[in-house]
Amino acid sequence: MTEQTDFVEIRHAQKSFGTLEVLKDINLTVRRGQIVGIIGSSGSGKSTLLRAINDLDPLTGGEIWLDGVQVNKKLPHRQYEKHINAMRQQVGMVFQHFNLFPHMTARENVTMAPMLLKKISREEADALAREQLDKVGMLNRIDYYPSQLSGGQKQRVAIARALAMKPKLMLFDEATSALDPELVEEVNMVMKQLAEEHMTMIIVTHEMDFAASVCDRVLFMDKGVVVEEGPPEVLFRNPAKERTREFLRKHLEGAK
Amino acid sequence: MDLELMLKVYPFFLQAAWVTILLSVLTALLGLICGTLGAAARLSRFAVLRFLGAAYVSVFRGTPALIQLFILYFGGPQVGIQLDAFQAGVIGLGINAGAYMTETIRGAIIAIDKGQREAARTLGLSRWQATYKVILPQAARLMVRPLGVNLNMLIKATALVAAISVVELTYTAQRYIGSTYKPFEMFLLAGLLYMIIIYVTGRGVAWLDRRVQIT
Repeated sequence: MTEQTDFVEIRHAQKSFGTLEVLKDINLTVRRGQIVGIIGSSGSGKSTLLRAINDLDPLTGGEIWLDGVQVNKKLPHRQYEKHINAMRQQVGMVFQHFNLFPHMTARENVTMAPMLLKKISREEADALAREQLDKVGMLNRIDYYPSQLSGGQKQRVAIARALAMKPKLMLFDEATSALDPELVEEVNMVMKQLAEEHMTMIIVTHEMDFAASVCDRVLFMDKGVVVEEGPPEVLFRNPAKERTREFLRKHLEGAK
Repeated sequence: MDLELMLKVYPFFLQAAWVTILLSVLTALLGLICGTLGAAARLSRFAVLRFLGAAYVSVFRGTPALIQLFILYFGGPQVGIQLDAFQAGVIGLGINAGAYMTETIRGAIIAIDKGQREAARTLGLSRWQATYKVILPQAARLMVRPLGVNLNMLIKATALVAAISVVELTYTAQRYIGSTYKPFEMFLLAGLLYMIIIYVTGRGVAWLDRRVQIT
């Protein structure tokens, strides 16, 4: 694999819940180190697409490839479970509602998966927890339980937890949507820092300013299709499609 | 009220209370085993197991425990099941309690936010690893109080085995009524001892519940 190869490739992604088609023939490629933002109103399918990448919401049609390996390949149940667990170890995911494990401290949240899946020693795990929590500015809360942390702090620990598996790709599903406005910035800072380190990221967000400042490319989704995509300066300033203009107009009004 | 008589027979009741306690402990253990298996079946990804789990719950919660005991103890020998009264009591009540505990355990597990499992799975944990590292430790904390309610009910249900002549508290009370003709005193004494057992158990459950809560 060279640096130029498509790193994440989604081909003809299709997803239906019963008769409701939420993703209609979506194609998307992301290169190594690229940061792609996905915007759109709720119900547009953007979260579903993101969750399909690590098979939380399996597609009903189409293919997803990560670094040359098909994520959603057809395998018998047992083999598929093994395969998908291995794939997921390479993809970090950050959720809107953090989903930290409430019965574990920040340290345990970060070290649980690496200790269980990579069989690292307690000392290594400890060093890993310190390293990752330091990176998100949470080292001084290493032995706190999630209930003792603010929303922004929880989300930073959740990012550290995902990073501790040394993922090749990070997925952010509205990571700041559940936060009080004054806590958004601390999480955005961490994401920006990851961007500077050239982490490949796909970010579903409602924050246009943030998307504009970190993303290499932004997709606007509506009713299960990608309406328009392009560099943020083009998509935000000079969108080609009427639907995009309408969404942005409404969104900016809403933000006021 | 004949207090003198109550004091005189009290040691025999105390002995019988130990039988009730032993019966309760064994029933609770068997109930927990059945309840765990039942909940696992009800939450299985295999439809056959889900059906069996649901059938177990509706059969044993849908019929009187007394009938279940009678079928096992009196009807058992007819189909080749030979149990003494104590064994039949423990097995009958245990399976019955297991049906209630199935629902308690299942309820606690499904009460855990689905985001917890998702977060565990996205890290690469298998279904089972996510269950025992993330779901069960949280569900276990939620289970303590409702299982305490099951335990309370189960202790009181041990009185039923008097009907198949296990010499526990209720049976002992009945026996002493036969010789003293003092049902008020005898049942009062038995009731008092049940209350003490249940009070102590209840405090134990409350203590455990406080202990396992996350800070």
